Amino acid sequence: MTRRQARPGPTRADKPRTRVSGYSAAALVRQGLRSTPGWERAWGSHDLRDRYEVVIIGGGLHGLATAYYLASRHGITDVAVLDKGYLGGGGSGRNTAIARSNYLTPEGVAFYDRSLNLYENLAAELNFNIMFSQRGHLTLAHSDASLRTMRWRAEVNKVQGVDSEVIDPDDIKNLAPALDVSDEPRYPVLGALYHPPGGIIRHDAVVWGYARASDLYGVHLHQGTEVVGIDTGHGKVTGVQTSRGRISTGTVVNCTAGWSTLINDMVGVRTPIVTAPLQAAVTEPVKPFLDPVVVSGTLHVYVSQTARGELVFGASVDPFAQYSMRGSLDFIEGLAGHVLELMPGLSKMRVLRQWAGLCDMTPDYSPIMGPTGVEGFHVDIGWGTYGFKAGPVAGEQMALLIADGKPPALIEPFGLDRFLSGELVGEKGAASVGH
Amino acid sequence: MIVLPCPWCGPRNVTEFHSLGEVVDRPDPRTATRSEWRTYLYLRNNPAGRVHERWFHRAGCRRFFDAERDTRDNTVFSTWRLGREETGTGVEA
Repeated sequence: MTRRQARPGPTRADKPRTRVSGYSAAALVRQGLRSTPGWERAWGSHDLRDRYEVVIIGGGLHGLATAYYLASRHGITDVAVLDKGYLGGGGSGRNTAIARSNYLTPEGVAFYDRSLNLYENLAAELNFNIMFSQRGHLTLAHSDASLRTMRWRAEVNKVQGVDSEVIDPDDIKNLAPALDVSDEPRYPVLGALYHPPGGIIRHDAVVWGYARASDLYGVHLHQGTEVVGIDTGHGKVTGVQTSRGRISTGTVVNCTAGWSTLINDMVGVRTPIVTAPLQAAVTEPVKPFLDPVVVSGTLHVYVSQTARGELVFGASVDPFAQYSMRGSLDFIEGLAGHVLELMPGLSKMRVLRQWAGLCDMTPDYSPIMGPTGVEGFHVDIGWGTYGFKAGPVAGEQMALLIADGKPPALIEPFGLDRFLSGELVGEKGAASVGH
Repeated sequence: MIVLPCPWCGPRNVTEFHSLGEVVDRPDPRTATRSEWRTYLYLRNNPAGRVHERWFHRAGCRRFFDAERDTRDNTVFSTWRLGREETGTGVEA
């Protein structure tokens, strides 16, 4: 049985320079005693200025985190975050809220582990409860081949100080008694990669926490503001055309998911991204019975139980390119069958709803971050099915890129030019259905 | 459920097919530079709208064909056999 290793505490760089205030136990008591609680709105709305130093397209987790770290770490507060819908209405509100760092490549492990570190300290930094429950993460192996990949991942992880280990079916049964680890199923469970620091987070709270903190730093959050064009001159970005008017700016960051290709088309940047929906579903709430997050790549399914008691299921991305977010019956049928193969005891549970979110898939299952051929136009895209767990580190590194003008070491391997130089960062073994 | 008309077998469930993605011009491998070849391998237009793509009838006749589809709502405009100019839903043998 593995033991939970002590993780390194927050370093100096993790500590915020100023605390985000306003929410406290005293405030809760004060507001609770009033007949009508007088909470202020968590963030304000502003008129669109005709000039910003930095314009971030996409008001989801990545866009808001970038704005927050620009303001808090680099003192750049003349920032606008634009979203055609509402904050966190895209991938940030549709993912299955899992965080982990047990990736396959050294680049991927270093990157996602930094993100997990930031998540561990985020509630304190933002003064907002993000409900991070580090309940452990199990990736099941149903074949010798996948057991070999698990072993490989475990060794790569350990070398980099990430708590990760291959465990046998008896240990799996101890961690998750509801799982069928017998040799009865068509694909029996042979072992699992166990990653104790992994867990689930309330994804909306992360969005709201970043939004509120950015707003306190003076960042303008513009909801319902669609970008319809990007102006360039002499290979440089000069402004952004929106549904509410034009903004002049020298720096634009594309932090969209699902629509990133449409934004890139506005400046003529071509990428390998193919957009496809990923479907997920949630059941009625029941008493807590499932502690770790359970993932099975062979069965294309992952399951976790939320703090409310609902089971959240996710699948792999739909097998062809689409911008449609409609759910399908064959998906929910297949998903239910696979879940029952893992946990036969759930046969009486009812699915409450299903939904889909758009995933921008890249050929190597790694994101695209950094500058492009157009000066001042940066991308933080191609987040496939792993954008939520990387939100904080993506924001931190994009902010560093904008402040320094060159890609920081942590995201250098993820540049757009890797596809033409052939230096791909192959994460398929750890990223596909590995949530 | 999305129905895709195979030019040989007629309308079938999309779960019978395997998508090979949008059709991109293949440069001559003998003369292409590395960057031309990688552009062909990786870069895609990924349009939100009409796309010309290739499909394989995996659980059917196991033949390839081309289709024109709208990626926003999965309307299939036409499917046709490779190497033929004719378009249509082609249910004839």
